Amino acid sequence: MSSPKRPLPAPTPETQHFWEGCRAGELRLQRCGDCEHVYYPPRPFCPKCSSREVNIFAASGRGTLASYVINERPHPAFGEPHSIAIVQLEEGPKMASNVVGCPQTPEALQLDMSLQVTFEAVSEDITLPLFTPVEVSS
Amino acid sequence: MTGVAVVGAAETTELGKIPGMSQQMLHADAALNAMADAGITAKQIDGIATAGQRPTDLAFYLGITPEWVDGTSVGGCSFMLHVRHAVAALQSGLCKTVLITHGESGRSRVGASGFAPEPSSLAGQFEAPFGTFGPPSTFTLPVLRYMKDYGMSHEQLAMVAVVQREWAGLNPRASMRDPISVQDVLDSRMIAYPFHLLECCLVTDGGGALILTTDERISDFAGKPVHIWGTGESVETPMVTQMEDLTSSKAFSIAGPRAMKEAGVAHSDVDHLMIYDAFAHLPLYGLEDLGFVGRGEAPDFIWERNTAPGGSLPLNTNGGGLSYMHSGMYGMYALQESVRQMRGVAPAQVEGAEVSVCLGVGGMFGASGCIVFGNQPKT
Ligand SMILES: [Zn+2]
Repeated sequence: MSSPKRPLPAPTPETQHFWEGCRAGELRLQRCGDCEHVYYPPRPFCPKCSSREVNIFAASGRGTLASYVINERPHPAFGEPHSIAIVQLEEGPKMASNVVGCPQTPEALQLDMSLQVTFEAVSEDITLPLFTPVEVSS
Repeated sequence: MTGVAVVGAAETTELGKIPGMSQQMLHADAALNAMADAGITAKQIDGIATAGQRPTDLAFYLGITPEWVDGTSVGGCSFMLHVRHAVAALQSGLCKTVLITHGESGRSRVGASGFAPEPSSLAGQFEAPFGTFGPPSTFTLPVLRYMKDYGMSHEQLAMVAVVQREWAGLNPRASMRDPISVQDVLDSRMIAYPFHLLECCLVTDGGGALILTTDERISDFAGKPVHIWGTGESVETPMVTQMEDLTSSKAFSIAGPRAMKEAGVAHSDVDHLMIYDAFAHLPLYGLEDLGFVGRGEAPDFIWERNTAPGGSLPLNTNGGGLSYMHSGMYGMYALQESVRQMRGVAPAQVEGAEVSVCLGVGGMFGASGCIVFGNQPKT
Protein backbone atom coordinates (compact mmCIF):
# COMPACT_ATOMS: atom_id res chain seq x y z
CA MET A 1 0.00 0.00 0.00
CA SER A 2 1.43 3.37 -0.97
CA SER A 3 1.44 6.29 1.45
CA PRO A 4 -0.99 9.17 0.81
CA LYS A 5 0.27 11.68 -1.75
CA ARG A 6 0.49 15.41 -1.35
CA PRO A 7 -1.92 17.16 -3.75
CA LEU A 8 0.23 18.04 -6.75
CA PRO A 9 -0.28 20.78 -9.30
CA ALA A 10 -1.20 19.92 -12.88
CA PRO A 11 0.68 22.59 -14.87
CA THR A 12 -1.10 24.21 -17.80
CA PRO A 13 0.52 25.84 -20.86
CA GLU A 14 0.25 29.17 -19.05
CA THR A 15 2.06 27.98 -15.91
CA GLN A 16 4.62 25.56 -17.38
CA HIS A 17 7.50 28.06 -17.09
CA PHE A 18 6.89 28.49 -13.37
CA TRP A 19 7.07 24.78 -12.59
CA GLU A 20 10.07 24.30 -14.91
CA GLY A 21 11.73 27.16 -13.02
CA CYS A 22 11.17 25.44 -9.70
CA ARG A 23 12.77 22.28 -11.07
CA ALA A 24 15.74 24.38 -12.19
CA GLY A 25 15.98 26.05 -8.77
CA GLU A 26 14.56 29.39 -9.92
CA LEU A 27 11.51 31.23 -8.59
CA ARG A 28 10.10 32.68 -11.80
CA LEU A 29 7.77 35.66 -11.72
CA GLN A 30 6.41 37.80 -14.53
CA ARG A 31 6.80 41.52 -15.15
CA CYS A 32 4.68 43.58 -17.52
CA GLY A 33 6.67 45.16 -20.33
CA ASP A 34 4.24 48.07 -20.51
CA CYS A 35 3.46 49.01 -16.91
CA GLU A 36 6.24 47.12 -15.03
CA HIS A 37 3.71 45.40 -12.74
CA VAL A 38 5.10 42.21 -11.19
CA TYR A 39 2.44 39.58 -10.53
CA TYR A 40 1.64 36.00 -9.44
CA PRO A 41 0.17 33.43 -10.05
CA PRO A 42 1.43 33.16 -13.64
CA ARG A 43 -0.55 34.06 -16.74
CA PRO A 44 0.58 35.32 -20.16
CA PHE A 45 -0.83 38.83 -19.73
CA CYS A 46 -0.79 41.64 -17.19
CA PRO A 47 -3.74 41.67 -14.75
CA LYS A 48 -3.18 45.38 -14.16
CA CYS A 49 -3.17 46.79 -17.71
CA SER A 50 -4.20 43.78 -19.89
CA SER A 51 -0.99 43.92 -21.92
CA ARG A 52 0.31 40.68 -23.45
CA GLU A 53 3.86 42.07 -23.43
CA VAL A 54 5.07 40.26 -20.33
CA ASN A 55 8.50 38.92 -19.43
CA ILE A 56 9.50 36.02 -17.22
CA PHE A 57 12.36 36.67 -14.81
CA ALA A 58 14.07 34.92 -11.91
CA ALA A 59 13.00 36.51 -8.64
CA SER A 60 15.32 37.01 -5.67
CA GLY A 61 13.53 34.33 -3.64
CA ARG A 62 13.51 36.70 -0.69
CA GLY A 63 10.35 37.53 1.21
CA THR A 64 8.71 38.00 4.57
CA LEU A 65 6.03 36.09 6.47
CA ALA A 66 2.77 37.98 5.84
CA SER A 67 0.40 35.54 7.58
CA TYR A 68 -0.04 31.84 8.26
CA VAL A 69 -1.90 29.10 10.08
CA ILE A 70 -0.56 25.97 11.70
CA ASN A 71 -2.80 23.24 10.39
CA GLU A 72 -3.52 20.82 13.24
CA ARG A 73 -5.63 18.58 11.00
CA PRO A 74 -3.24 18.19 8.08
CA HIS A 75 -3.71 16.38 4.81
CA PRO A 76 -2.62 12.76 5.37
CA ALA A 77 0.46 13.30 3.20
CA PHE A 78 1.80 15.85 5.69
CA GLY A 79 1.27 13.64 8.74
CA GLU A 80 2.09 16.29 11.33
CA PRO A 81 0.86 19.81 12.08
CA HIS A 82 2.55 22.24 9.72
CA SER A 83 2.50 25.85 8.62
CA ILE A 84 0.61 27.10 5.61
CA ALA A 85 2.01 30.53 4.90
CA ILE A 86 1.36 33.62 2.86
CA VAL A 87 4.77 34.93 1.84
CA GLN A 88 5.19 38.57 0.86
CA LEU A 89 7.77 38.44 -1.92
CA GLU A 90 10.36 41.23 -2.19
CA GLU A 91 9.21 41.92 -5.77
CA GLY A 92 5.60 42.62 -4.69
CA PRO A 93 3.35 39.58 -5.12
CA LYS A 94 2.17 37.33 -2.31
CA MET A 95 2.37 33.55 -2.60
CA ALA A 96 1.14 30.53 -0.68
CA SER A 97 3.84 28.19 0.60
CA ASN A 98 5.15 26.42 3.70
CA VAL A 99 7.80 27.68 6.09
CA VAL A 100 10.15 24.76 6.69
CA GLY A 101 13.42 24.27 8.57
CA CYS A 102 12.13 25.61 11.88
CA PRO A 103 9.73 24.42 14.60
CA GLN A 104 6.11 24.70 13.47
CA THR A 105 5.12 26.85 16.44
CA PRO A 106 3.81 30.40 16.95
CA GLU A 107 7.06 31.19 18.78
CA ALA A 108 9.26 30.16 15.85
CA LEU A 109 6.95 31.61 13.21
CA GLN A 110 6.96 35.35 13.77
CA LEU A 111 5.09 37.59 11.37
CA ASP A 112 7.32 39.70 9.10
CA MET A 113 10.37 37.45 9.68
CA SER A 114 12.73 37.23 6.69
CA LEU A 115 12.41 34.17 4.49
CA GLN A 116 14.35 32.66 1.60
CA VAL A 117 13.02 30.27 -1.00
CA THR A 118 14.17 26.67 -1.04
CA PHE A 119 13.09 23.99 -3.50
CA GLU A 120 11.81 20.53 -2.69
CA ALA A 121 11.29 17.86 -5.33
CA VAL A 122 8.06 16.06 -4.47
CA SER A 123 7.75 13.94 -7.62
CA GLU A 124 9.64 13.32 -10.85
CA ASP A 125 7.92 16.29 -12.48
CA ILE A 126 7.07 18.61 -9.64
CA THR A 127 9.33 20.65 -7.40
CA LEU A 128 7.66 22.98 -4.90
CA PRO A 129 8.93 26.38 -3.77
CA LEU A 130 9.10 26.38 0.03
CA PHE A 131 10.61 28.96 2.36
CA THR A 132 13.08 28.87 5.26
CA PRO A 133 13.82 31.51 7.87
CA VAL A 134 16.89 33.64 7.13
CA GLU A 135 19.35 33.64 10.01
CA VAL A 136 19.79 37.26 11.02
CA SER A 137 23.49 37.94 11.57
CA SER A 138 24.14 40.63 14.15
CA MET B 1 -36.01 51.05 -3.81
CA THR B 2 -36.30 48.00 -5.98
CA GLY B 3 -40.07 47.35 -6.03
CA VAL B 4 -39.47 43.67 -5.35
CA ALA B 5 -40.42 41.73 -2.21
CA VAL B 6 -39.92 38.35 -0.59
CA VAL B 7 -43.38 36.76 -0.32
CA GLY B 8 -42.34 33.25 0.67
CA ALA B 9 -39.48 32.11 2.89
CA ALA B 10 -38.71 28.88 4.69
CA GLU B 11 -35.98 26.52 5.77
CA THR B 12 -36.07 22.74 5.59
CA THR B 13 -38.49 21.08 8.00
CA GLU B 14 -35.53 19.79 10.02
CA LEU B 15 -32.05 21.24 10.46
CA GLY B 16 -28.90 19.57 11.75
CA LYS B 17 -28.59 15.88 10.95
CA ILE B 18 -30.88 14.72 8.13
CA PRO B 19 -29.47 11.41 6.82
CA GLY B 20 -32.81 10.53 5.23
CA MET B 21 -32.63 13.24 2.54
CA SER B 22 -30.33 13.73 -0.42
CA GLN B 23 -28.96 17.16 -1.27
CA GLN B 24 -31.56 17.54 -4.01
CA MET B 25 -34.42 16.64 -1.66
CA LEU B 26 -33.22 19.22 0.88
CA HIS B 27 -33.61 21.86 -1.87
CA ALA B 28 -37.07 20.52 -2.64
CA ASP B 29 -38.19 20.27 1.02
CA ALA B 30 -37.27 23.93 1.57
CA ALA B 31 -38.91 24.94 -1.72
CA LEU B 32 -42.18 23.17 -0.80
CA ASN B 33 -42.17 24.88 2.60
CA ALA B 34 -41.59 28.28 0.96
CA MET B 35 -44.43 27.63 -1.51
CA ALA B 36 -46.72 26.74 1.40
CA ASP B 37 -45.68 29.96 3.15
CA ALA B 38 -46.49 31.95 -0.01
CA GLY B 39 -49.72 30.02 -0.60
CA ILE B 40 -48.77 28.87 -4.10
CA THR B 41 -47.70 25.75 -5.96
CA ALA B 42 -44.95 25.18 -8.50
CA LYS B 43 -47.41 26.15 -11.26
CA GLN B 44 -47.23 29.82 -10.21
CA ILE B 45 -43.41 29.93 -10.41
CA ASP B 46 -41.86 31.07 -13.69
CA GLY B 47 -38.31 31.86 -12.57
CA ILE B 48 -35.77 29.66 -10.77
CA ALA B 49 -32.31 30.22 -9.33
CA THR B 50 -30.11 27.85 -7.39
CA ALA B 51 -26.51 26.89 -6.59
CA GLY B 52 -24.94 23.61 -5.55
CA GLN B 53 -27.37 21.83 -7.85
CA ARG B 54 -28.23 22.73 -11.43
CA PRO B 55 -31.37 24.84 -11.95
CA THR B 56 -32.33 22.17 -14.51
CA ASP B 57 -32.35 19.53 -11.76
CA LEU B 58 -34.61 21.55 -9.49
CA ALA B 59 -36.98 22.80 -12.20
CA PHE B 60 -37.55 19.25 -13.37
CA TYR B 61 -37.76 17.79 -9.86
CA LEU B 62 -40.26 20.37 -8.63
CA GLY B 63 -42.31 20.55 -11.83
CA ILE B 64 -41.45 24.13 -12.71
CA THR B 65 -41.36 25.38 -16.31
CA PRO B 66 -39.26 28.52 -15.99
CA GLU B 67 -38.90 31.43 -18.39
CA TRP B 68 -35.97 32.81 -16.39
CA VAL B 69 -33.06 30.76 -15.00
CA ASP B 70 -30.00 31.70 -12.92
CA GLY B 71 -27.33 29.19 -11.92
CA THR B 72 -24.80 31.68 -10.54
CA SER B 73 -22.54 29.67 -8.27
CA VAL B 74 -19.90 31.64 -6.39
CA GLY B 75 -20.06 29.82 -3.06
CA GLY B 76 -22.13 30.47 0.04
CA CYS B 77 -23.32 33.95 -0.99
CA SER B 78 -24.70 32.73 -4.34
CA PHE B 79 -28.23 33.21 -2.97
CA MET B 80 -27.61 36.91 -2.32
CA LEU B 81 -26.56 37.20 -5.96
CA HIS B 82 -29.66 35.25 -7.01
CA VAL B 83 -31.82 37.76 -5.11
CA ARG B 84 -30.04 40.63 -6.85
CA HIS B 85 -30.41 39.06 -10.28
CA ALA B 86 -34.03 38.16 -9.59
CA VAL B 87 -34.76 41.78 -8.66
CA ALA B 88 -33.44 42.87 -12.06
CA ALA B 89 -35.39 40.16 -13.86
CA LEU B 90 -38.65 40.97 -12.07
CA GLN B 91 -38.19 44.71 -12.58
CA SER B 92 -37.70 44.24 -16.30
CA GLY B 93 -40.56 41.78 -16.70
CA LEU B 94 -38.52 38.72 -17.66
CA CYS B 95 -40.63 36.71 -15.22
CA LYS B 96 -43.21 37.24 -12.47
CA THR B 97 -42.43 34.89 -9.59
CA VAL B 98 -38.94 33.62 -8.72
CA LEU B 99 -37.99 30.65 -6.55
CA ILE B 100 -34.46 30.56 -5.07
CA THR B 101 -33.42 27.30 -3.41
CA HIS B 102 -30.57 25.92 -1.33
CA GLY B 103 -30.03 22.45 0.07
CA GLU B 104 -26.89 20.80 1.32
CA SER B 105 -26.12 17.51 2.96
CA GLY B 106 -23.05 19.05 4.62
CA ARG B 107 -22.88 16.59 7.49
CA SER B 108 -24.48 13.40 6.20
CA ARG B 109 -23.07 13.83 2.66
CA VAL B 110 -26.06 12.14 0.96
CA GLY B 111 -25.83 12.89 -2.75
CA ALA B 112 -23.43 15.74 -1.98
CA SER B 113 -20.85 17.32 -4.27
CA GLY B 114 -17.08 17.42 -3.57
CA PHE B 115 -14.75 20.19 -2.40
CA ALA B 116 -11.19 19.65 -3.67
CA PRO B 117 -9.97 22.07 -6.36
CA GLU B 118 -9.01 20.71 -9.78
CA PRO B 119 -5.21 20.19 -9.82
CA SER B 120 -4.96 22.40 -12.92
CA SER B 121 -6.96 25.30 -11.41
CA LEU B 122 -5.17 28.26 -9.85
CA ALA B 123 -5.98 27.09 -6.32
CA GLY B 124 -5.10 23.50 -7.29
CA GLN B 125 -1.69 24.53 -8.57
CA PHE B 126 -0.73 27.37 -6.26
CA GLU B 127 -2.40 26.65 -2.89
CA ALA B 128 -3.36 22.98 -2.51
CA PRO B 129 0.23 21.61 -2.81
CA PHE B 130 1.07 23.51 0.39
CA GLY B 131 -1.58 21.69 2.37
CA THR B 132 -4.62 23.96 2.27
CA PHE B 133 -7.05 21.24 3.18
CA GLY B 134 -10.61 22.51 3.34
CA PRO B 135 -11.83 25.86 4.69
CA PRO B 136 -10.47 25.49 8.28
CA SER B 137 -6.87 25.66 7.07
CA THR B 138 -7.51 28.09 4.20
CA PHE B 139 -10.17 30.66 5.05
CA THR B 140 -8.28 31.25 8.30
CA LEU B 141 -5.01 32.25 6.63
CA PRO B 142 -5.31 36.07 6.69
CA VAL B 143 -6.23 36.56 10.35
CA LEU B 144 -2.76 36.64 11.94
CA ARG B 145 -2.02 39.62 9.68
CA TYR B 146 -5.14 41.35 10.99
CA MET B 147 -4.21 40.51 14.58
CA LYS B 148 -0.72 41.97 14.26
CA ASP B 149 -1.71 45.08 12.27
CA TYR B 150 -4.58 46.01 14.60
CA GLY B 151 -3.43 44.49 17.87
CA MET B 152 -6.36 42.09 18.18
CA SER B 153 -5.98 39.52 20.97
CA HIS B 154 -6.87 35.84 20.88
CA GLU B 155 -9.49 36.62 23.53
CA GLN B 156 -11.14 39.16 21.22
CA LEU B 157 -11.36 36.64 18.38
CA ALA B 158 -12.88 34.15 20.82
CA MET B 159 -15.45 36.74 21.94
CA VAL B 160 -17.11 36.61 18.50
CA ALA B 161 -18.06 32.99 19.17
CA VAL B 162 -19.15 33.74 22.75
CA VAL B 163 -21.58 36.47 21.68
CA GLN B 164 -23.07 34.39 18.90
CA ARG B 165 -23.66 31.53 21.29
CA GLU B 166 -25.66 33.97 23.45
CA TRP B 167 -27.91 34.62 20.44
CA ALA B 168 -28.16 30.89 19.71
CA GLY B 169 -29.29 30.33 23.29
CA LEU B 170 -32.44 32.28 22.41
CA ASN B 171 -33.15 30.14 19.34
CA PRO B 172 -34.74 26.69 19.80
CA ARG B 173 -33.66 25.60 16.29
CA ALA B 174 -29.98 26.39 16.90
CA SER B 175 -27.64 23.39 16.89
CA MET B 176 -25.43 24.65 19.75
CA ARG B 177 -27.21 26.49 22.58
CA ASP B 178 -25.22 26.03 25.79
CA PRO B 179 -23.47 29.22 26.95
CA ILE B 180 -19.69 29.36 26.46
CA SER B 181 -17.00 31.65 27.86
CA VAL B 182 -13.92 33.14 26.21
CA GLN B 183 -11.88 30.61 28.19
CA ASP B 184 -14.04 27.74 26.86
CA VAL B 185 -13.27 28.88 23.32
CA LEU B 186 -9.54 29.15 24.00
CA ASP B 187 -9.59 25.73 25.71
CA SER B 188 -11.32 24.05 22.75
CA ARG B 189 -9.19 21.96 20.40
CA MET B 190 -6.81 23.85 18.11
CA ILE B 191 -7.91 23.34 14.49
CA ALA B 192 -5.57 25.65 12.60
CA TYR B 193 -3.63 28.06 14.80
CA PRO B 194 -4.90 30.61 15.77
CA PHE B 195 -8.37 29.08 15.27
CA HIS B 196 -9.92 26.83 17.92
CA LEU B 197 -12.81 24.46 17.28
CA LEU B 198 -15.39 26.91 18.67
CA GLU B 199 -14.18 29.63 16.29
CA CYS B 200 -15.03 27.42 13.29
CA CYS B 201 -18.48 26.87 11.81
CA LEU B 202 -20.62 23.82 12.39
CA VAL B 203 -21.13 21.19 9.71
CA THR B 204 -24.82 20.34 9.41
CA ASP B 205 -27.55 19.40 6.91
CA GLY B 206 -30.31 21.72 5.81
CA GLY B 207 -31.81 23.98 3.20
CA GLY B 208 -33.80 27.11 2.59
CA ALA B 209 -35.84 28.78 -0.12
CA LEU B 210 -37.18 32.22 -1.01
CA ILE B 211 -40.00 33.34 -3.31
CA LEU B 212 -39.83 36.82 -4.82
CA THR B 213 -42.27 38.94 -6.78
CA THR B 214 -42.94 42.58 -7.61
CA ASP B 215 -44.64 44.88 -5.09
CA GLU B 216 -47.76 45.13 -7.31
CA ARG B 217 -48.37 41.39 -6.99
CA ILE B 218 -47.74 40.81 -3.28
CA SER B 219 -51.45 40.62 -2.48
CA ASP B 220 -51.63 37.43 -4.59
CA PHE B 221 -49.48 35.67 -1.98
CA ALA B 222 -50.16 34.54 1.58
CA GLY B 223 -46.68 35.23 3.02
CA LYS B 224 -46.04 38.49 4.89
CA PRO B 225 -43.97 40.55 2.42
CA VAL B 226 -40.45 41.74 3.19
CA HIS B 227 -39.22 44.44 0.87
CA ILE B 228 -35.88 44.48 -0.89
CA TRP B 229 -34.42 47.97 -0.68
CA GLY B 230 -30.95 47.50 -2.10
CA THR B 231 -28.51 44.90 -3.43
CA GLY B 232 -24.81 44.56 -4.20
CA GLU B 233 -22.37 41.93 -5.43
CA SER B 234 -18.74 41.41 -6.37
CA VAL B 235 -15.94 38.84 -6.57
CA GLU B 236 -12.26 39.16 -5.77
CA THR B 237 -10.18 35.99 -6.01
CA PRO B 238 -10.39 32.17 -6.06
CA MET B 239 -7.29 32.12 -3.81
CA VAL B 240 -7.46 33.59 -0.31
CA THR B 241 -3.67 33.98 -0.37
CA GLN B 242 -4.08 36.49 -3.22
CA MET B 243 -6.42 38.92 -1.42
CA GLU B 244 -5.30 42.43 -2.25
CA ASP B 245 -5.36 43.33 1.46
CA LEU B 246 -5.24 40.49 3.99
CA THR B 247 -7.14 42.61 6.52
CA SER B 248 -10.11 43.54 4.30
CA SER B 249 -12.37 41.88 1.73
CA LYS B 250 -12.55 43.82 -1.51
CA ALA B 251 -15.78 42.01 -2.44
CA PHE B 252 -17.37 42.98 0.93
CA SER B 253 -16.36 46.61 0.50
CA ILE B 254 -17.95 46.77 -2.95
CA ALA B 255 -21.12 44.71 -2.39
CA GLY B 256 -22.03 46.16 1.02
CA PRO B 257 -21.78 49.90 0.41
CA ARG B 258 -23.38 49.47 -3.03
CA ALA B 259 -26.44 47.79 -1.47
CA MET B 260 -26.73 50.37 1.31
CA LYS B 261 -26.42 53.24 -1.16
CA GLU B 262 -29.14 51.80 -3.37
CA ALA B 263 -31.34 51.32 -0.30
CA GLY B 264 -30.65 54.89 0.76
CA VAL B 265 -29.86 53.86 4.33
CA ALA B 266 -27.21 55.25 6.65
CA HIS B 267 -25.46 53.06 9.22
CA SER B 268 -27.63 54.58 11.95
CA ASP B 269 -30.78 53.41 10.10
CA VAL B 270 -29.78 49.74 10.33
CA ASP B 271 -31.58 47.86 13.12
CA HIS B 272 -30.34 44.36 12.40
CA LEU B 273 -27.28 42.92 10.72
CA MET B 274 -26.28 39.50 9.41
CA ILE B 275 -22.65 38.83 8.42
CA TYR B 276 -21.89 35.34 7.12
CA ASP B 277 -19.67 33.76 9.75
CA ALA B 278 -17.99 30.62 8.51
CA PHE B 279 -15.19 31.51 10.95
CA ALA B 280 -14.92 33.98 13.83
CA HIS B 281 -13.00 36.62 11.89
CA LEU B 282 -15.69 37.21 9.27
CA PRO B 283 -17.95 39.47 11.36
CA LEU B 284 -14.88 41.59 12.16
CA TYR B 285 -14.01 42.06 8.50
CA GLY B 286 -17.68 42.61 7.61
CA LEU B 287 -18.30 45.29 10.25
CA GLU B 288 -15.29 47.24 9.00
CA ASP B 289 -15.81 46.71 5.26
CA LEU B 290 -19.45 47.80 5.57
CA GLY B 291 -18.28 50.89 7.45
CA PHE B 292 -20.17 50.27 10.72
CA VAL B 293 -16.85 50.83 12.52
CA GLY B 294 -13.43 52.12 11.47
CA ARG B 295 -10.43 49.97 10.51
CA GLY B 296 -9.26 47.88 13.44
CA GLU B 297 -12.22 48.88 15.62
CA ALA B 298 -14.39 45.77 15.21
CA PRO B 299 -12.68 43.64 17.92
CA ASP B 300 -13.38 46.28 20.61
CA PHE B 301 -16.89 46.86 19.22
CA ILE B 302 -17.78 43.20 19.69
CA TRP B 303 -15.85 42.88 22.98
CA GLU B 304 -17.91 45.78 24.38
CA ARG B 305 -21.09 43.82 23.56
CA ASN B 306 -22.48 46.20 20.94
CA THR B 307 -23.54 43.23 18.78
CA ALA B 308 -24.77 41.05 21.69
CA PRO B 309 -28.38 40.68 22.88
CA GLY B 310 -29.36 44.10 24.20
CA GLY B 311 -26.59 45.85 22.22
CA SER B 312 -26.96 48.72 19.75
CA LEU B 313 -26.35 46.62 16.62
CA PRO B 314 -27.78 43.09 16.91
CA LEU B 315 -25.60 40.85 14.72
CA ASN B 316 -26.14 37.24 13.64
CA THR B 317 -29.22 36.87 15.79
CA ASN B 318 -29.90 33.26 14.77
CA GLY B 319 -26.56 32.23 16.32
CA GLY B 320 -24.79 32.28 12.95
CA GLY B 321 -22.73 29.63 11.21
CA LEU B 322 -20.80 29.22 14.46
CA SER B 323 -23.82 28.13 16.53
CA TYR B 324 -27.07 28.01 14.49
CA MET B 325 -26.19 25.81 11.53
CA HIS B 326 -23.75 25.71 8.60
CA SER B 327 -24.32 23.32 5.75
CA GLY B 328 -21.49 24.68 3.58
CA MET B 329 -23.31 27.42 1.67
CA TYR B 330 -24.69 29.31 4.67
CA GLY B 331 -25.85 32.47 2.87
CA MET B 332 -29.42 31.22 2.56
CA TYR B 333 -29.78 30.93 6.35
CA ALA B 334 -28.53 34.49 6.85
CA LEU B 335 -31.19 35.66 4.37
CA GLN B 336 -33.86 33.61 6.16
CA GLU B 337 -32.99 35.25 9.49
CA SER B 338 -33.16 38.75 7.96
CA VAL B 339 -36.60 37.88 6.55
CA ARG B 340 -37.80 36.54 9.94
CA GLN B 341 -36.56 39.70 11.67
CA MET B 342 -38.37 41.92 9.15
CA ARG B 343 -41.53 39.85 9.55
CA GLY B 344 -41.23 40.20 13.32
CA VAL B 345 -41.20 36.44 13.88
CA ALA B 346 -37.56 35.65 14.72
CA PRO B 347 -36.95 33.57 17.87
CA ALA B 348 -34.61 36.33 19.11
CA GLN B 349 -36.71 39.15 17.65
CA VAL B 350 -35.15 42.63 17.67
CA GLU B 351 -38.00 44.83 18.90
CA GLY B 352 -39.15 47.35 16.33
CA ALA B 353 -36.57 46.35 13.71
CA GLU B 354 -37.39 47.97 10.36
CA VAL B 355 -34.15 47.66 8.35
CA SER B 356 -31.90 44.61 8.06
CA VAL B 357 -28.58 44.31 6.21
CA CYS B 358 -27.46 40.83 5.15
CA LEU B 359 -23.86 40.35 3.97
CA GLY B 360 -22.70 37.08 2.44
CA VAL B 361 -19.31 35.65 1.57
CA GLY B 362 -18.56 33.11 -1.15
CA GLY B 363 -15.54 30.85 -1.38
CA MET B 364 -12.88 32.12 1.00
CA PHE B 365 -13.16 35.89 0.71
CA GLY B 366 -13.72 35.06 -2.96
CA ALA B 367 -17.11 36.65 -3.52
CA SER B 368 -19.77 38.67 -1.76
CA GLY B 369 -23.42 39.60 -2.05
CA CYS B 370 -25.35 42.01 0.14
CA ILE B 371 -29.10 42.58 0.49
CA VAL B 372 -30.83 45.38 2.41
CA PHE B 373 -34.35 44.47 3.57
CA GLY B 374 -37.10 46.69 4.92
CA ASN B 375 -40.32 45.69 6.66
CA GLN B 376 -42.16 48.35 4.62
CA PRO B 377 -41.92 49.41 0.98
CA LYS B 378 -39.18 52.01 0.64
CA THR B 379 -40.75 55.48 0.43
ZN1 LIG C 1 0.78 45.96 -17.18
